[in-house]
Amino acid sequence: MTVRLRIAFLQLTDAAVLVAARERGFAEAEGIALDLVRAPSWATLRDQLVFGQVEAAHMLAPLAVAVALGLSQQPCSLAAPYKLSVNGNMLVMARGFADAMDPDVARRLADPLGAAHDFAAAIGLWKRKPVIGIVHRYSSHAIMLRYWLASAGVNPDRDVDLRVLPPPLTVEQLRAGEVDGFIAGEPWGSAAVDAGLAEAVAIGERIWQRGVEKILAFREDWMESHPGLVDALLRALARAAYWCDDPANREELADLLADPRYVGQPAGLIQRALSGLMVARAGLGPIANPDFMLFAREATMFPWRSQALWIYSQLVRWRMVDHTPNNMARAGAVFRPDVFRRALHDSDVPLPGASMKVEGALRSPLAVGSRQGGLMLGPDRFFDERIFDPEQIEDYLASFPPLR
Amino acid sequence: MRIVIIDDSGTRAAVMEEGLRDAGYIDIHVIPPRGPFVAQLERMAPDVVLMDLGNPSRDTLEEMLSVSRALAKPIAMFVDQSDDSMIAAAIDAGVSAYVVDGLRKERVKPIIELAIHRFNAFARMQAERDEALMQLAERKVIDRAKSILMNQRGLSEQDAYALMRSSAMNQGKKIVEIAQALITASDLLGGGS
Repeated sequence: MTVRLRIAFLQLTDAAVLVAARERGFAEAEGIALDLVRAPSWATLRDQLVFGQVEAAHMLAPLAVAVALGLSQQPCSLAAPYKLSVNGNMLVMARGFADAMDPDVARRLADPLGAAHDFAAAIGLWKRKPVIGIVHRYSSHAIMLRYWLASAGVNPDRDVDLRVLPPPLTVEQLRAGEVDGFIAGEPWGSAAVDAGLAEAVAIGERIWQRGVEKILAFREDWMESHPGLVDALLRALARAAYWCDDPANREELADLLADPRYVGQPAGLIQRALSGLMVARAGLGPIANPDFMLFAREATMFPWRSQALWIYSQLVRWRMVDHTPNNMARAGAVFRPDVFRRALHDSDVPLPGASMKVEGALRSPLAVGSRQGGLMLGPDRFFDERIFDPEQIEDYLASFPPLR
Repeated sequence: MRIVIIDDSGTRAAVMEEGLRDAGYIDIHVIPPRGPFVAQLERMAPDVVLMDLGNPSRDTLEEMLSVSRALAKPIAMFVDQSDDSMIAAAIDAGVSAYVVDGLRKERVKPIIELAIHRFNAFARMQAERDEALMQLAERKVIDRAKSILMNQRGLSEQDAYALMRSSAMNQGKKIVEIAQALITASDLLGGGS
């Protein structure tokens, strides 16, 4: 018997695992008929999930935390037992703006600290307060951009104008001069580069080597009342994720995603993020970023509670929410490693023994304890060398110098 | 009560506006979600904002609603969860509504209901129009295939049509599919039409 399951998504390369699960039969093998519903905006995706038009959604991790904290319209207990991707964002700026930065784009991307300071200097040279498109207030992109800008003393709420616009509108708004640059998930940054409108200025993976990106979100009550179905879906997604990570399948995956029902952009453009071969300026050869976007390897799929708490720490830092024990508990509870373990305990997916870890402490790959399979964690440094200990949020927050 | 409709379909906005006026609302404005629409909206200080759920600019609007200091803070209509069926109907119809905090539910409900009704009516209208356009396109294909048969086989118009119809019935296909196949084959063979 096949069960129909509706999952909302946005037209982004990191919806890959859902698309592969449907198109390559991984969902069907678990008795699930996946109905992928493309949403035009994060607000609509959120409403479809919260009000039950879909059972699950491809969601920005910070948005799920924000909804659970009651910061984004209707409050709702959301649960994320599975991460769909790690990394995958790129900040691009209009060519005129980028002219004030290091002209060697490879060096610029390899040195995010230097690039942040160059960016700070470029602000004063630009014709107006730079308008930077972000896809949502509660997006990993916006949080990453704030983190990066603040490291160079730029106050993101004062020195730049952050404007929200959905990914598919980024390129045309840049062309129209409504924004001077934007940070978005692929392939939109690459599309702006190819159009000759912008240059890559920073890459998410170089800011935080293993940045939490999209999660699979459910309404908590629905998830709790459908354990068998949730487990089957997670098994299907894990298999799809390994398939997506395999370099041998990249071309086919890019072709699947290029379909107008999914991303609707050229396969060649989509393949860049999958292979990590990023073109930073139109006409230049690609720069290799092998960890540009991850779906399965290491523990990409595992919803570390510490990552939900890191998101929370940034919401507190930017005064979007008050730091209270209750808020912290609600934010951390969005990520559900217990459900992940239940669903995948009999598979060959490595299961971390712990639910939290110190974020940003690994300089090189490390083998860690797991309940099954061998688990290797990749380097996860933040570019400014800060380390996030989820047990010490106050100390962590106090370590950021106050902005002018 | 000031109602602002954010919509880039002139027709749908007109359908909405007409409905609201008929119901006795007079202070209605339509803004397309382009350019500086957020600043425009801020100046208007609306009580209710209606927007197509399918419009990609909803995120931009919500951001403005959450940071604007110029507005008395509006909140989403869907905040009132007591009326699940209305929420479901609104989402099905593709309506999203933002309402100024403090506006009484009874005053808002008729507006939302009307919006749902009008959105649905518009969707039906559009479906009918699409259907008509498709029929027109199909008829053109069939006409072209007919003329190929008439030229190359010396058939009358009636016989050409009958031939396609019987082929379609034999193969369990639509006439337009047979016609399309015939045109493709004729193009490939360089027959022209």
